[in-house]
Amino acid sequence: MTGLIHLGLLGPFADAIDFILHQQEARTGQTLVGGPDQVLDPTLQHLKVTFLALGASLAVALPVGVVLGHLGKGELFAVSIGNAGRAIPELALIAFVAAFIGVGLLNVTFALAVLGVPPILTNAYVGVSQVDRNAIEAARGMGLSDLQVIGRVELPLAVPTIMTGVRTAAITIIATAAVATLAGISTLGDLLIGRNVYGDEGVLAGAIVVAVVAFVIAQSSGDDRDSSEPGKSATAAGDDGAEEDFGRPRQ
Amino acid sequence: MTAAVAQFAPLLAQTEIHNRAEGEASCVAQNKAFCLDWALDNFDRYTTPLLEHLVLVVVSVAMGFLVAFAMALLSHRRRWLVPTFTGATGVLYTIPSLAFFFLLLPVTGRGTDTAIIALTAYTLQIIYRNIVAGLANVPVESREAGRGMGMTHRQLLWRVELPLALPEIIAGLRVATVSTVAIATLAVFAGAGGLGEPIYQQLDFKTNIVIAGGLAILMAIVFDALLVVALRLLAPWRGREPASARRRHRLATLRRAPEAA
Repeated sequence: MTGLIHLGLLGPFADAIDFILHQQEARTGQTLVGGPDQVLDPTLQHLKVTFLALGASLAVALPVGVVLGHLGKGELFAVSIGNAGRAIPELALIAFVAAFIGVGLLNVTFALAVLGVPPILTNAYVGVSQVDRNAIEAARGMGLSDLQVIGRVELPLAVPTIMTGVRTAAITIIATAAVATLAGISTLGDLLIGRNVYGDEGVLAGAIVVAVVAFVIAQSSGDDRDSSEPGKSATAAGDDGAEEDFGRPRQ
Repeated sequence: MTAAVAQFAPLLAQTEIHNRAEGEASCVAQNKAFCLDWALDNFDRYTTPLLEHLVLVVVSVAMGFLVAFAMALLSHRRRWLVPTFTGATGVLYTIPSLAFFFLLLPVTGRGTDTAIIALTAYTLQIIYRNIVAGLANVPVESREAGRGMGMTHRQLLWRVELPLALPEIIAGLRVATVSTVAIATLAVFAGAGGLGEPIYQQLDFKTNIVIAGGLAILMAIVFDALLVVALRLLAPWRGREPASARRRHRLATLRRAPEAA
């Protein structure tokens, strides 16, 4: 009887952990579900599509943001794209890409990359354009070319800001990759919407793994609390000495 | 002549209706990019999801603002709380919404409550950090002028610091609101309806996706515009600010704000 209180709240979570660790019979009978292998497969697929999309976003957004920031042009564009990106409803985006372009890994990667571009582009622009003018003048005085100024001065100083954007993009992509299961990719979303097969414990197991993956990647891709420690942000930050994050994790 | 036409008129009208229905049916059957006739005939399907979505967003942002505001006031005179609050709201921010909904299900059950709790949690970090940043960016001269006039801490806060922080507070609210409109499409997985519901029900139907997705984007734009207007009304002095300050505030719409200045 005393166990009931614990079962009420912790029971489902214990069942979910059990689902991750041990195989069990599916709701539909016959087949076995759960266990490390069945959880690992969608996790790897989830990570695969996440990194593909993140790579694609970086390849597009980083050069554009850095060059615009270097030239000091296109502020309105860089800022607006960050704002507009935030307004994209993720479920509608995935459904739109699946219905209008098609399903499969390539299309899902494209859809997720669309979400990753705005935060990286805006942060790259802001990071580079806020580099201390004196540092750039000094570099030019030493005879550095435009490319060298970007590569040796602006980019290194903008790294904390850019990493904040990358982190934002990563969280957004991980979150939306779960929805991508509706577009024919077996990510962890399979578990989340597969209640009929995996049961409540399977759904909860999926949610736990998604949250852990997001947390680990967020921690490893530059924690913004670190970069805003006093003194650390002073070189690359703006007029108010503040670390800025232009963008937000899309969930 | 007229009599003859009048005699055929109902028939003509009928064929027209028939043609329209046929055109509509074939458009839907072919799943064209956008079937206007179907959209006009079936728009009422979207009113309930639209209203549900609206409620989710308004309630979540309002609650998020109240909680974040309380946290900001608490940490205003107790600076040591700022990293703690920033960290805590940051962790909440990292949990993907879809996972968050499902993690809450065993605790709060399916429905609007679960969706609102998760959505509220997401707004906290943006709003909190912007309020703290806004307060931190108040010019020292303004504070000292207030003190010189003999204001108490409380008067200083409500009459000088908060009004001057308003642009950044509103900027945070804009980011939070626009984000919440987008994320709320996922509330369907928590059983809370919203515009995600029609999308999820007919994932292959293009017109449906265009309407529901379009409504969500439109809602984000309208909320954003309303908050811009609100700022103009609440802070009319901003028109006389130097361009540099206006640029800073414009950039602040994108900011998740500094921890401390």
